[in-house]
Amino acid sequence: MSQYCSSPAIEVSGLVKRFSDTTALDGIDFTAEPGAVLGLLGPNGSGKTTTVRILATLAKADEGIARVCGYEVIRDAYKVRQLIGLTGQYASVDKDLSGHQNLTMIGRLLGMSRKQARARASDLIEEAGLTDAAAKPAKSYSGGMRRRLDLAASIIGDAAVVFLDEPTTGLDPARRGETWAMIRRLAAQGSTVLLTTQYLEEADHLANDIIVIDSGTVVARGTPDSLKRRMGSQTLDLRLSDPTQLDEATNRVQNIINATPVVDAHTGVLSAAVTDGEVMPAIVRSLDEAAIGVSDLSLRLPSLDDVFLTLTGHRATPADEKNEKEAAE
Amino acid sequence: MTAATLPTAHTPLRKHIGLGQVLVQSATLSRRGIVKLRRHPAGLADVIIGPAIFLVLFGYVFGGAISGDTGDYLQYVFPGILGMMSLFATMGVGVSLSTDLSEGIFDRFRSLPIARIAPLVGAIGSDIVRQLVSLAALIGFGLLLGVRFETNLWSVLSGCALALAFALAVSWAVVLLALAIKDPMAVQGLGAVIILPLAFASNIFVPVETMPGWMQTFASWNPIGHLVDAVRGLMMGGPVSEPLMLTLIWMAVFVVVFAPLSLIAYNRRA
Repeated sequence: MSQYCSSPAIEVSGLVKRFSDTTALDGIDFTAEPGAVLGLLGPNGSGKTTTVRILATLAKADEGIARVCGYEVIRDAYKVRQLIGLTGQYASVDKDLSGHQNLTMIGRLLGMSRKQARARASDLIEEAGLTDAAAKPAKSYSGGMRRRLDLAASIIGDAAVVFLDEPTTGLDPARRGETWAMIRRLAAQGSTVLLTTQYLEEADHLANDIIVIDSGTVVARGTPDSLKRRMGSQTLDLRLSDPTQLDEATNRVQNIINATPVVDAHTGVLSAAVTDGEVMPAIVRSLDEAAIGVSDLSLRLPSLDDVFLTLTGHRATPADEKNEKEAAE
Repeated sequence: MTAATLPTAHTPLRKHIGLGQVLVQSATLSRRGIVKLRRHPAGLADVIIGPAIFLVLFGYVFGGAISGDTGDYLQYVFPGILGMMSLFATMGVGVSLSTDLSEGIFDRFRSLPIARIAPLVGAIGSDIVRQLVSLAALIGFGLLLGVRFETNLWSVLSGCALALAFALAVSWAVVLLALAIKDPMAVQGLGAVIILPLAFASNIFVPVETMPGWMQTFASWNPIGHLVDAVRGLMMGGPVSEPLMLTLIWMAVFVVVFAPLSLIAYNRRA
């Protein structure tokens, strides 16, 4: 069982944080009830990490209030630190120490006896699926193993509120499941979890509530289902053989899905949020009637980009940054 | 998962950290540094093999040319190398602190309900162990190569304690350096650039009388020189009280100037 926490477990209001030339947070408000898993969804540089750092007593806000279990993060920092666990974006374990030594050290720092700390470390090593690697130095761990060790380190003290800053960023998508399973078990014990992520899928899998932030402001909030209803559960991509027919195609698709599709004039790709797979045949029939040739047609889960296009009208990542990333891959 | 081992609804949150807890936390973090040292044979080799290399290099390569006799020169240079090694070892605090700062682990420490000073005390604590290992290695190799202490055991141990205390005082400057540059490689490099000229423009390797006047002036102010004079007196005989006094004054200067600056910089970061 996690520690007791009064309601609301996390309370943020009017939070502003400025760095020398940028405003990282421009007035953010949200709350999380004890036991909730709150997903903070946004692209790089949207203010997710800054929010977590303020709540975890690592950074000071310029304006606004941040409370954890009713305690103000600056005035009652010492009490807040007794209640929270933090898993940073970059694994914050000692890579020269073994997994077991890392966890024992943190247990000791939290005031456990040597024996208690060792026993707790062994339990969490097992919980994190690291039994075979327990005695090996953390630098020999894979990315996923290190994240799980990091996660274990943040919950040694049965934290009432756990902050997970992009727990699976950089992991092979196929390996995310193990980390997700651990987060779900953590939530099942009653801890309040604030999870930041760039992946809609991750927020959808883990969170009860999602807050979408962009450039330091909240652009949407709701349950995963309500957000998906707003942006469709799937995205339809259509590439025309003849780009001059784009306007006609847009009209026809719009009539069927009752929403305006997004058209990329450069690539001639038309994207539309759809809630119902049934519209596919209707769209194909309608385009066929008008003799509009389609070279490529696909249905996929909406990406963060789609979410942002729908909610804010612009893409999550600036176009050139995105190209750079793709070029690097 | 096992039952809770920490405060739950039944145990209220603590308001202050007790002194006992601060000590446990600092000791835990010192232990971390020592475990790391054991896991890093290269780092340990640095403090063990370094003294051996210096002794052999200066005793057998330069000894004959400088002093005419290797044995005599080893007697002269040994306290000097001891002083220089303990200064080099202070880089350990700087490197471990800047490594922690450049990695995520410092944020982890800051998010825990521990004394802010504990990571710093921990880094210094494990450095003392490193220094003790280095001193033991140096004395061991020295005896092996024929260095003979001409005073008594008590004086030799006092010399070691003085070098250690001097290194601790200088550590405050190294801590400030580490907090300012935050890059372990740069800390190590800059440290060497500062220590080497201080070591050579002193009485560590040769008597200052052969140096040009301006350098003699520099050497007469050089804190390492005073330390080495005092250690030399304590281990090999000769005047102790005046160099000891000057060394203690320098130590006080380092602590008074750099400790507050380091603590201010540290509290801003930690």
